[in-house]
Amino acid sequence: MDLFEYQGKLFFSRYGIPISPGEVAFTVDEAVAAAEKLGYPVVVKAQVLTGGRGKAGGVKLASNVDEAREHATNILGLDIKGHVVHRLWIEKASDIEKEYYASFTLDRAAKKHLGMLSAQGGVEIEEVAVTDPDAIAKIWVDPVDGLTEAVCREWVAAAKLDPEATEGAVDILLKLYEAYVDGDADLCEINPLILTTEGQVKALDAKVTVDDNAVFRHPDYEEYDEIQHRDEREAAAHEKGLQYVGLDGSVGIIANGAGLAMSTVDIVSQVGGTPANFLDIGGGANADVMAGALEVINNDPKVQSIFINIFGGITKGEEVANGIITALGRVQIDAPIVIRLDGTNAELGREMLQPHLSDALQMQPTMLEAARTAVALAEGASK
Amino acid sequence: MSIFVDENTKVVYQGLTGSQGKYYGLLNREYGTQVVAGTNPKKAGEDVEGIPIFATVGDAVAATGANASCVFIPAPGVKAAVMDAAEGGVKFIVVITEGVPAHDEAWFYNRLKRDYPDVQLLGPNCPGIISPGKCNIGITAGHIAKPGGPVGIVSRSGTLTYQALYELQQKGIGVTTCVGIGGDPVPGTTFIDCLSRFQDDPETEAIMMFGEIGGSAEEEAAEFIKANVTKPVVSYIAGVTAPPGKKMGHAGAIISGGKGTADAKMEALRDAGVSVGLNPTEAGELMAGIVAGL
Repeated sequence: MDLFEYQGKLFFSRYGIPISPGEVAFTVDEAVAAAEKLGYPVVVKAQVLTGGRGKAGGVKLASNVDEAREHATNILGLDIKGHVVHRLWIEKASDIEKEYYASFTLDRAAKKHLGMLSAQGGVEIEEVAVTDPDAIAKIWVDPVDGLTEAVCREWVAAAKLDPEATEGAVDILLKLYEAYVDGDADLCEINPLILTTEGQVKALDAKVTVDDNAVFRHPDYEEYDEIQHRDEREAAAHEKGLQYVGLDGSVGIIANGAGLAMSTVDIVSQVGGTPANFLDIGGGANADVMAGALEVINNDPKVQSIFINIFGGITKGEEVANGIITALGRVQIDAPIVIRLDGTNAELGREMLQPHLSDALQMQPTMLEAARTAVALAEGASK
Repeated sequence: MSIFVDENTKVVYQGLTGSQGKYYGLLNREYGTQVVAGTNPKKAGEDVEGIPIFATVGDAVAATGANASCVFIPAPGVKAAVMDAAEGGVKFIVVITEGVPAHDEAWFYNRLKRDYPDVQLLGPNCPGIISPGKCNIGITAGHIAKPGGPVGIVSRSGTLTYQALYELQQKGIGVTTCVGIGGDPVPGTTFIDCLSRFQDDPETEAIMMFGEIGGSAEEEAAEFIKANVTKPVVSYIAGVTAPPGKKMGHAGAIISGGKGTADAKMEALRDAGVSVGLNPTEAGELMAGIVAGL
């Protein structure tokens, strides 16, 4: 789950990482009140889970109450790459001497934590990695050993930060690693990490992603769940506990297992169709889950046909067929459905489905043929 | 021959007294796997349909000679369960549980590597391993796999693995071992671990490798194949049309920063001489062609 900048900063500050004083605001009046309290100049920052806020006009400096009101009014409701601004972070402005970059993330290939530090901050690190890879000092931290102060000091030296920033940077990086591990983060990024004209080092931005799987250790993370960027369909599926990703095509997809669901999305594209979604209903295919999945897909106005792709392993074909028949009895489906049922006792399952077949409920023996039929139906409907 | 497990593998099920553990533990026993013990500190001395329950894996090993474990413990307890298994003395640990925090996975992967280097971990979040006719540890339906050979299978996805087993069975092709390494960010067993074992296994004559988007495991496997694998390899990569930044069901299946795309993986594999199918069926047909020519 991704955190808003301000949530990331509050998360950092719980571990003692210095940030600028600031307040969150949901309305223009709250923003103005926060600015008045903090004292000018302040920065009015859009809180959205996407990059490029500055370019989109989502970050503005305000020197007085009128400017604070004007910026807050303009930024609230602003659409930044499909993300509408509903919250602002009002922060006391900083006098920036230098901008650096610091982050921790998991290096899947090395199976260790990767720390990246650069004297070139404030720009996309991917860009630095291409234009000047030597400007990024990397360390790999063994999770069992953790990050020691000695290693951290060498790392800071290797990154060639300004000498006056050394002590502050070492302190922040040790705390950042602690926050990253203790907070079960997938990513903790500070860009920019700044050196102020007064010689203080602090986090001017915060990009934090926490591991959904670790919520059992951090019950307070549930507040982040509701801010995740989901379209209406994704929100409905999430509520039903379904693994759903919205796409923008016309063939609705239901499959059991993440790999098979991905593969189904691929094959629909391969035969010239456009998938409306990725939906994994898990190993079995019981009636409740199937009915929930059908409801979510049925509410997608773009869907012109539905492809149900089930492979029965331990869940037998007849149980799958039963699940589908029961679910269809419960939900009124608008688009025609194509079923492909294979695996354990598939023949028995298909026999059970046979009497229910019609133009609106078809069956095909293979994934490829089922995909072609579903795509043809979707095309026919859109003409 | 099979890799990692065979008919002599004796397995202790951690979490055998839970509903999932019991269901699959008994199915595995029915298949012919030597299910010798279960663990549950609160139920030591009891049994599940004749399978004795011990407090720890160490106790189970001492009493039964178990040399592998299968973990069905809920995610919060997996870290402790893996260490219990390693300290208890088993050499092969299969973690079926999904939803294990990535920091836990990274921690126990490195801890095992340092303190228990001879222990092989498979998973978490994997379907397990089956050596048809000999041993089935995990949640794979045993009857969809034809025993014998000449094909070895390794896959990041459960259902696609089943699909592959089933299609080979329909074509009359047997499998030496099928390993599901799982879709998490830090898998205990990698493609390379399996490719290396299959290369050394005289009964495995061709290898099927199913990957998916995210990470760079397939690219690393491609490099390994190029340098070390002389047996024919057929591959399929799921997620060609997956949008960047979205997790496709598996925690590890995500394209981030333009990295981990299916196209890049297929390109790397083709470059290593691997036959790449565009869908699981096509991969099955490519494999049938290779087996016919062996």
